[in-house]
Amino acid sequence: MTAPVGALRGRFGAAILRDRVSCGDTIVYVPAARAHEVLAWLRDEPGQRFDYLTDITAVEYRDAERPLEVVWQLRSLARRADLRVKAELDKGEALEVDSVWDLWKGADWLEREVYDMFGVTFRGHPDLPLRGHFSRAEQTRQALAANPEAHYSLAELSIAEAYDELPEDMKNRLRLGERGEVR
Amino acid sequence: MGLTPAGPGPVTEVSTMSPNWVTTRLDFLANWARANSLWPMPFGTACCAIEFMATAASRFDLARFGMERMSFSPRQADVLICAGRLPFKLAPVIRKIWDQMPQPKWSISMGACASSGGIFDTYTMVQGIDTIIPVDVYVPGCPPRPEGLMYGIMLLQKKIKGETFLDKDLRQEHLVGPDGLFLDPQTIDELSEPFGNSVHQTRSA
Amino acid sequence: MSTRTVEVGLSTPGLDPGGNPTKVPLGVKLPGYLPPSDGLGEHMLINIGPQHPATHGVLRLVIELDGETVVRVVPHIGYLHSGFEKLGEYRHYNQLVPLTDRTDYLSPMANNVCLALAAEKLMGITITERCQVLRVIACEISRIISHLVWLGTTGIDLGAFTPFLWCFYQRERLYNLQESWTGARLTTSLTRVGGLMADVPDGFEEGLRDFCRTFPRTLDEVDAMFTRNAIWCGRTQGVGVISGPDAVNYSLSGPMLRASGVDYDVRKDRPYLGYETYDFDVPVGEHGDIYDRYRVRLEEMYQSARILDQALDRLGLLRGAPINIADPRVVLPPKHRAMSDMEAMIFHFKQVMEGVKAPVGEAYLGIENPKGELGYYLVSDGTAKPVRWRIRPPSFLNLACLPKLCEGVLLSDVIAINASVDIVMGEIDR
Repeated sequence: MTAPVGALRGRFGAAILRDRVSCGDTIVYVPAARAHEVLAWLRDEPGQRFDYLTDITAVEYRDAERPLEVVWQLRSLARRADLRVKAELDKGEALEVDSVWDLWKGADWLEREVYDMFGVTFRGHPDLPLRGHFSRAEQTRQALAANPEAHYSLAELSIAEAYDELPEDMKNRLRLGERGEVR
Repeated sequence: MGLTPAGPGPVTEVSTMSPNWVTTRLDFLANWARANSLWPMPFGTACCAIEFMATAASRFDLARFGMERMSFSPRQADVLICAGRLPFKLAPVIRKIWDQMPQPKWSISMGACASSGGIFDTYTMVQGIDTIIPVDVYVPGCPPRPEGLMYGIMLLQKKIKGETFLDKDLRQEHLVGPDGLFLDPQTIDELSEPFGNSVHQTRSA
Repeated sequence: MSTRTVEVGLSTPGLDPGGNPTKVPLGVKLPGYLPPSDGLGEHMLINIGPQHPATHGVLRLVIELDGETVVRVVPHIGYLHSGFEKLGEYRHYNQLVPLTDRTDYLSPMANNVCLALAAEKLMGITITERCQVLRVIACEISRIISHLVWLGTTGIDLGAFTPFLWCFYQRERLYNLQESWTGARLTTSLTRVGGLMADVPDGFEEGLRDFCRTFPRTLDEVDAMFTRNAIWCGRTQGVGVISGPDAVNYSLSGPMLRASGVDYDVRKDRPYLGYETYDFDVPVGEHGDIYDRYRVRLEEMYQSARILDQALDRLGLLRGAPINIADPRVVLPPKHRAMSDMEAMIFHFKQVMEGVKAPVGEAYLGIENPKGELGYYLVSDGTAKPVRWRIRPPSFLNLACLPKLCEGVLLSDVIAINASVDIVMGEIDR
């Protein structure tokens, strides 16, 4: 369906890098910097009304030269239309894109998962990157370290501000953190 | 159970009482009571848990084994049935649950994933819960049929009926070693040969 | 005393060296924090799971309580993370089918069908008519068995044990049929790219007809047990409410979405497998509470039986029709031909050793899983293994709105709401 593509090109012009149709699905490529703007327009524009966020994911190709793609799968319930929006992130640069949590609340966990699995940071997400302080790779490494005395490090805890008022032995345990000595 | 504890050196307590007719009768009574009223602690994680529920339901009915009273609190459970795959994130949890169970306790590893990792030879999966807790009966299958699980339960009952209270080593707790493993890495490597453990997260090297 | 809220871990000693209770400052006002209602600022943190009978899998809920009222619920997932999507990068398309059984293990055949449809969309394959009808039968059987588990376990969570046994007995009847068709009760691996693993055996149609005839009686019994029951209504009506626009914004799907009044069913809006030619209704709720979700799922089971009847009629008309497409590059040739005919043997060899290659491209296909919209997103680079196999899990998104559903409810309502979301951890954690 080229209708949203035509409207997108009309509104954003050069910001729509390219579009294609694959297996019947319409795909639109946008620069990562403008992704949020394009998605917001797609949600709010009366003719488009993509009010349902089906999925957010990322694709990393086997060819290491190809950039990482963040994929937003959108649906318009009323118009019964689908659209796939992609942003390519160069692996040489920081993997960052704006969060769409303010547009669709369903993006919350989806973006956290993309962060965990691919390391893409979503600016403006309520929890990232602070609580998800460690990516999945880091969590796996900590889990495999099999340190039965491991504790959360200070950075992860929300009691970091109350550190001064905590009991002494608790402070010691927190200081040792995940790499503390094995007893 | 044939494996040395991970603590300092093998401990063999010799009982001063020699086996006689009285001890065998007492054994029979205790074992009969234990075997026929095993309260399972269903540590159900994935698909095997559904088959476990089906086994407990009316068609296959675990109540005839005395096992209809599922004890979700480990403090009151006799047998831990690990039904389903065990990722590394869940491993400390099952170890804690196992430690919280009081003796006498047994465990059944239900399904291929609990026994050996199953089809999940990945970075996430514990390749067999026997690396973390001692296992008495392994029930193969993906998932095992309810009849298969019941056969495993009957094997466990047979095992229990062969126990004696004079063997102090039997009910001794095997604690994890300092590296967090129940079996040491060399043993795991040996046990998993010749098919090997391609994930090799517990490899000694 | 300064005002902060401190998450107190299990290892915090209760007594300091002097023998006095440890004083830990409490009662913070971080931005976005809900102030405690009684002004005292002492909230309790409790942990439910990951091993707990009522969490329907290994889900951990950390609940901050003000007395009995929930201030905040934080679900912790990942306790069943199995690396499905990673495994998918190393499997041929047909080898992905057994993996799909294990994601949503309550409705395995529906997952199998979804993968086959996604792979066929990627490869541009149109399946035969008999295969379509059989896949509809598979999907609707899966819907019934999934909803029966939900019904039984939700009943247990809310204190009613008997319907669990009724539901599981009906499941056993369907398991018999599943087993006669695929050889397995639960891990069915029914579909292949371009067709199915096998046609239905003799006796299957009669068995399924008999089931469709007698199954609604069980549903009537459960209906009589629950629908106008004072305890059930008291515990489920008005609890765990989410409005329609919110449900859409949170990307809910399936009965969770329809109970909130949004009439969106993938079978009607984006029909697949010929669903537009079947005569069935989609129940849509009104209030978005647990009670409406229960009514929606119960009614869906009646409708599934209706669809199954129609599908069986069509199956009767298509007796003897092929279930697999005629392309030998995609579908394994029959064994006797592979053993005798050179070309067939070569096709067999190539498919088994190299797999079926998909053209470069990508495809997303969503179906109406019992839990919601299950979507498989396959990206292909021209080889026989997908570059990316993304599972869009309905339960993952349905669970994500649990904190919102549980704002301000009582602790026992959290259990009921968690049950009503109908999650399956295999799908959430993948």
